[in-house]
Amino acid sequence: MDVLLLLADGMLVSLQPLNLMMIIIGVTLGLFIGAMPGLGSVNGVAILLPVTFLVPPSSAIIFLAAIYYGAMYGGAVSSITLGIPGASTAVATTFDGRPLAKQGRASLALVTAALASFVGGTVANILFTLFAPLLASVALSFGPPEVFALMLLAFATFVGLGGDDIPKTIFSICFGLVLGAIGFDQISGAPRLVLFDYNGFLQGIGFLVLAIGVYGIGEMLWTIDQTRGDVTATTPQMTIKGMAADTKEAARRGWKGTAIGSFLGFFVGILPAAGATPGSLMAYGVAKMVSRNPEEFGKGAVGGVAAPEAANNSASTGSMLPMLTLGIPGSPTTAILLGGMVIWGLVPGPRLFVDEQQFVWGLIGSFYISNLAAVLINLAFIPVFIWMLRMPFTILAPVIFVLSITGGYAATRDMFDIWLMVGFGIGAFFMRKFDYPLAPAVLAIVLGPIAEPTLRQSLLLSSGDPSIFFTRPVAGPITVVALILIFLPALKFLRRRPAKGKRPAS
Amino acid sequence: MRVGELITAGFLALLSLYLMWKSTELPIGYISGTGPGGGAWPFWLSAIMLICCACTAFNWWRGTTPASKSDEPVLDSHGWKSLIFVGGGIVGFVALVSIISMYGAVAVFLFYYLWFLGRHGLVLSVTISLVFPIALFFFFEGAMQITMPSGLPFTDPVFDVLYDIIY
Amino acid sequence: MKFSKRTLFGFVGATVLAAAPIQAFAQDWEPRKPIDFVIMAGAGGGADQIARFIQAVAEQQDLTTRPLVPNNKGGGSGAEALIHVNTASDPDHTILVTLNSFFTTPLRQENLGIDIQTFTPVAMMGVDPFVLWVHKDSGITTFEEYVAKVQEMDGEFVMGGTGAGQEDSIVIAYMSGAYDLDIKYIPYDGGGAVAKDLAGQQIMATVNNPAEAKGFYEAGDFVPLLAFSDERMPAYPDVPTIKEMGHDFSYYNQRAVVGAPGMSDEAAAYYQDLFTTIYESDEWQGYLTSESLSPLWMDADAQRDYWALQVENHQNLLAALGE
Repeated sequence: MDVLLLLADGMLVSLQPLNLMMIIIGVTLGLFIGAMPGLGSVNGVAILLPVTFLVPPSSAIIFLAAIYYGAMYGGAVSSITLGIPGASTAVATTFDGRPLAKQGRASLALVTAALASFVGGTVANILFTLFAPLLASVALSFGPPEVFALMLLAFATFVGLGGDDIPKTIFSICFGLVLGAIGFDQISGAPRLVLFDYNGFLQGIGFLVLAIGVYGIGEMLWTIDQTRGDVTATTPQMTIKGMAADTKEAARRGWKGTAIGSFLGFFVGILPAAGATPGSLMAYGVAKMVSRNPEEFGKGAVGGVAAPEAANNSASTGSMLPMLTLGIPGSPTTAILLGGMVIWGLVPGPRLFVDEQQFVWGLIGSFYISNLAAVLINLAFIPVFIWMLRMPFTILAPVIFVLSITGGYAATRDMFDIWLMVGFGIGAFFMRKFDYPLAPAVLAIVLGPIAEPTLRQSLLLSSGDPSIFFTRPVAGPITVVALILIFLPALKFLRRRPAKGKRPAS
Repeated sequence: MRVGELITAGFLALLSLYLMWKSTELPIGYISGTGPGGGAWPFWLSAIMLICCACTAFNWWRGTTPASKSDEPVLDSHGWKSLIFVGGGIVGFVALVSIISMYGAVAVFLFYYLWFLGRHGLVLSVTISLVFPIALFFFFEGAMQITMPSGLPFTDPVFDVLYDIIY
Repeated sequence: MKFSKRTLFGFVGATVLAAAPIQAFAQDWEPRKPIDFVIMAGAGGGADQIARFIQAVAEQQDLTTRPLVPNNKGGGSGAEALIHVNTASDPDHTILVTLNSFFTTPLRQENLGIDIQTFTPVAMMGVDPFVLWVHKDSGITTFEEYVAKVQEMDGEFVMGGTGAGQEDSIVIAYMSGAYDLDIKYIPYDGGGAVAKDLAGQQIMATVNNPAEAKGFYEAGDFVPLLAFSDERMPAYPDVPTIKEMGHDFSYYNQRAVVGAPGMSDEAAAYYQDLFTTIYESDEWQGYLTSESLSPLWMDADAQRDYWALQVENHQNLLAALGE
């Protein structure tokens, strides 16, 4: 019961007036940083880390946790209102969040995202509190073959994610994977695919460059072309009553997705190599699979917003686990937090839970409070975000372009990447015209650089024997499930064929 | 649309071929004992891309894709205009960044879009195109400590004043 | 091949710390805008932690009129950072936190057109030694047992590292050559990932900086077998060095700050002064001790000579690796 006492202590500390104020400022700041395309919790935590040396460490942790949560909630805001995923974890949120916003139901999408995030974060916090040391050993049992199997599972959810045109969907997936391979080959250390031998390609192509290009520029150009520049927003006035109705609807239609996302996201999130992006993607895929009306997904299903949002929030909380218990950062943000802990004189690693109980449970206690504050503040700001959507399109459009370019620069600090972004945007405009789905490419550029090295590391381990993916106790079952899911549509297709052929014979 | 789809597929096929050729700089085969070589992953994925382009061309020939059945032009006169004015505006915006700084380029782009494309009033256009970049400056440089390009040296006096305000 | 302390650190006496120059430059130059503090590694790595620590100390003691803004450019073994700094439009406001890829990347990538001698020396904040680690469940407790085990497994002994041509692979290559070891080497994308997979026993041994393995060592999971430092490390007094084994070899990762090519002398003096203050702060000295870094203070001229020597040494090491 010591743990619960320490946890309660941590929560009480968070509720002191000074700390509560820190939470409110931190969450609000984080919310807006996260809502900017290109910026995320990593920026918020990085700039405020030095500030935290001015306040006592306990307040510092609380402040950082508040920003972390605020930014996680904010990510969904730009996905839904602007249609630009500000972080790779929020790509899956655009699939249904954007259509909902276009139908004039942005408030429903935002409410769903906020509530799902809250549940996801809370579930993750509870799992964390109860099982942290146990889960750390699960994370350790994931070596390269296991991570690759998991990536295979994430790819399985791509099936049915793209449009109706199968060759174009496969093209898009492969295109994203190849783009992700540009730069250096991790295994041999040799430069690879340095296009036109231009040195700028040595650093590879980041997710944000492609995502902002495709969504912030390409999709916008397409919208301007499609609507002849005459976008009439059908956003209804926000009322308390309307929001209450939205809350009810979000709860009724989104609970299943939320439940799936919360648990799946957490388990994927605790693996240091995987992180929140595959977690949110898999949650979306599973929510679609178990849904009674999967055809709604992609057209504005509430469950399609709830699942990835619950998952990415849950996974982001989960990614704290490898950092605290193993000293391995699961994301850039936790990497910076890790640096902060070193500066505070703490040694992250297996001993932390034993030696620094007060710190650990104080941190987790502040997670609970920050999460609660984040959902309340987020809900309070929804009318502001909706108001933004009510701006005339001829004002909103240039503002989105400007935010895309400045946000893109803020993330990469390289003009070459901005030119690439513009190039991708114009390319994406034409590909969009000819029904090439681009979301698979945007996700593949995140998953490819995880999948390829783990595949090759595994084969190095086994001296080139691919059976390593089937014989290891954890990797085996995951690989088999992933392969079944990938080939299921093909099998169905094959079974239908002979059935058709038989009918006339019988 | 009909011709456009084939041209797009052809262009993407050429891109796939280029990527395949570029991948062969590293070994693309299966090296016994160590698994695939460094070029194998991009090479074979690009090969799949090429096959997909061929499939798209086949579907086009069969006429099963929506685009291959459509006689509409890819871009009508309005489409061309909006692509050139908006897309060209963005290209101009990015080109200006290295000359008159990020914030200067933002101001010019906003004014161009609001006043010229959006046909908003002069007062509104000027107000937004002045206030927004200044707000961005304080957000990025002041709050987020991210330095944006400041263009050619002639912008330095302005930035010196602004930096004195925030630090 | 001979890589002794005399050749590697030939310019530095044993009393480096005491000799740290107290500079008395007239402060007539001050930064006018935020300082682009480029880091040659991704977020979370050893170099990144050091950069953020330096930034924190500068911020805490209010040492600069304009902030140091960390800018991670880890792509391509630091090639990204080198290109960025080499072509910096404002060299007076661009400084770089380096590791040994500062020497190796321009050697391995001649087409980058980087000549590190054009960079401006600022400060050598310390050097990070390397240690050979195994998991406690392997049952190996001494280096001799390790050598016997690797030879017995005949090519099936798996070690992890951060990739061909990286610091740890150079150490492993030397060790393999010296003891006739046949090791299966798995490249990872960072020292943290390597340590995690050793903790999970996905790999059998690693060569890591103490900072990356410290948490697991203190928990009793990792066993240090051999240090690649010149003398036994204070934090690991029972761990022998490879020198004691009769091999004249030591290898450190440099943690240095350099300025962009073309930096004015006034700006260089300002940064040298700034980093001297940071170096001498209690925080930094405490960090050196807790993270087992060795001090190796040098003035600007000594740094340039050190660079030339390191380039030469790495040329030989990489040649021996077959690069």
